[in-house]
Amino acid sequence: MDAMTFLLWTRGPGLQIALALFLLGFVLRLFELFSLGRPPDLAVPRPGYRRGGWRTLAARSLPAGTFARQAYVTYGLSYLFHFGLFFSLLFFAPHILLFREIIGISWPALPNAWINAWALLAIAALLLMLVQRLIHPVKRLLSTTHDYFAWALTFAPLLTGYLAFQHALLPYTWMLGIHILSAELLLACLPFTKLIHFATLFVARWYNGDIAGRKGVAS
Amino acid sequence: MSASLERGLNLWREVLDTPSASFFMSCVHCGLCADACLFYTETGDPQYTPIRKLEPFRRLWRQEYTLLGKLAAKLGLSRPLTDETLAEWSPLIYDSCTLCGRCSLACPVGNDLAYLIRKAREGMAVAGHAPQGLIDATRRTIESGSPMGVRPAAFMTQVRKQSEASGVSIPVDQTGADYLVIMSSMEIIGFPEYLGALARIFRQAGISWTVSSEAYEATNSGIQIGVSDLAREIVMRIVNAAEKLQVKTVIGPECGHAFTALRWEGPNLIGRPYPFAVVHVLELLDQLRTDGKLHTTGQDDTPLTFHDPCQIVRRGGVVDPPRRLLNQVASDFREMEDAGVANWCCGGGGGVGANSRADALRFTAFKRKKSQWDATGARTLVTACANCRNIIEEGLEHYHLDLQVIGLTELVASRLTPPANETETAAS
Repeated sequence: MDAMTFLLWTRGPGLQIALALFLLGFVLRLFELFSLGRPPDLAVPRPGYRRGGWRTLAARSLPAGTFARQAYVTYGLSYLFHFGLFFSLLFFAPHILLFREIIGISWPALPNAWINAWALLAIAALLLMLVQRLIHPVKRLLSTTHDYFAWALTFAPLLTGYLAFQHALLPYTWMLGIHILSAELLLACLPFTKLIHFATLFVARWYNGDIAGRKGVAS
Repeated sequence: MSASLERGLNLWREVLDTPSASFFMSCVHCGLCADACLFYTETGDPQYTPIRKLEPFRRLWRQEYTLLGKLAAKLGLSRPLTDETLAEWSPLIYDSCTLCGRCSLACPVGNDLAYLIRKAREGMAVAGHAPQGLIDATRRTIESGSPMGVRPAAFMTQVRKQSEASGVSIPVDQTGADYLVIMSSMEIIGFPEYLGALARIFRQAGISWTVSSEAYEATNSGIQIGVSDLAREIVMRIVNAAEKLQVKTVIGPECGHAFTALRWEGPNLIGRPYPFAVVHVLELLDQLRTDGKLHTTGQDDTPLTFHDPCQIVRRGGVVDPPRRLLNQVASDFREMEDAGVANWCCGGGGGVGANSRADALRFTAFKRKKSQWDATGARTLVTACANCRNIIEEGLEHYHLDLQVIGLTELVASRLTPPANETETAAS
């Protein structure tokens, strides 16, 4: 297969397969989650409890005082990575073109120099997070093959995207194809990995905040 | 598979709900819950990471409630749950967790880990992997009405003694009273002066109240061990007494877990809302203060600090009342670092104090509390939970430390403005 055939496959059928798998998997996981249900709470909640879930849903995105101070390395790296991913994924001009093709809307891009910096930060943060996972006793004990697989799935599109952007290592057409393929792998596998937290964490936070809010606690 | 293991796993299947699954699904293994847990921070042992304690329960969810998990189980790629696994996890679920919920506050994806541990204990208990200390406490509650074996006669003796000591008669089984006072076993046995203090406060406020000779304590070891039908039976005693006496409000004990059991879990255990309200005693005292019915004289000027009982504050929502009450009766109240909802547990809640297997670990975890009050410079620690108080006193004894520990209700009562006739007697 030559580079162009490969690239065209990733941009066409490859993308369609990945999107279909993502959507199917995502719906299945949501079904697995919500089909369990939740028994009603018969204890009389404290006044104003309806805000609890929404409050926690938003509040947990911010560093939580005493907890963040204690674990500033984990917090710091995690913020760097998530911001880096957010900007390089959503504000890189070619990505925006792709989104317009798929969902029909677009928005202004950030200058390439900015994207370059954010992508580098995300890559560096992910590498350090891997090191931390390997050496921190708690993270090491918790980690399974799944965690390293999820790490690799996330790292591959960032790294190959950066290399393609820099026209480094491989001819551009090959690198771009590999980059798109790695993103498609991520997309297709995402619902079945812990990376699904991108969506379910809002469900978890809402329940956490609701459970606490019923008792009058801002969680 | 043994019959008890099958029953335990069935219970897990029964209690697994959407919130639990959302928590398991969202965990990214970041390990931040470890830093929130005193059993990890004081030992440095990663096995005490809260989410790690849930591994068997989580494995059941993965193997039976997720597509990939089911596939892996069918292909023999995942380890089935065995009695050995549960036995291995029993110390993690019962000895190294007080259900304090600090990790639930720290988790960045929002997992309520204490909620999961509470559920995990249900399966563990039924599968026969609860510690002996808790099994005994639960058995005593069923047999005698109390985990510490306080029988009605013993309770009535304490009522009589407190009546004499406080000079206020304590109403017993008074039908139609507004309030029914419930205690915890630790209060009845270790700190009965709490009842005398309440009697004096209520006399001043002119409150109509009673105790019951049938339901006098709310300590619920059924919840601590994780056996819901026993927990239900313990709650029902109080509900029956409150309905029989036709009280409007039941005053939950200072004791945090007993309050949680009655206030938040009770209606769900018995399957219906109560026909009466439940308030924590500190909420009531704060209300009396707001209503101008709590008159105190002068302030204690010794430096003192406050230990937040987890189930009253972080898991109970009674955050500000103890502070307002303290500031009324003390002039040098110093907050600990992390005070309020993020405060650290005493190390002995959630049945850990009743579980002798956990003693050594509990004393190690206790160091966290010690460093907290040390930093305030106060040598007097006020709290509002007889169990915390007992755990702290045991810790003080273990480490030969010097610290005065007092209950908030007693502190408030000690500053009560004496009734007019007593003032006259004193003056004459």
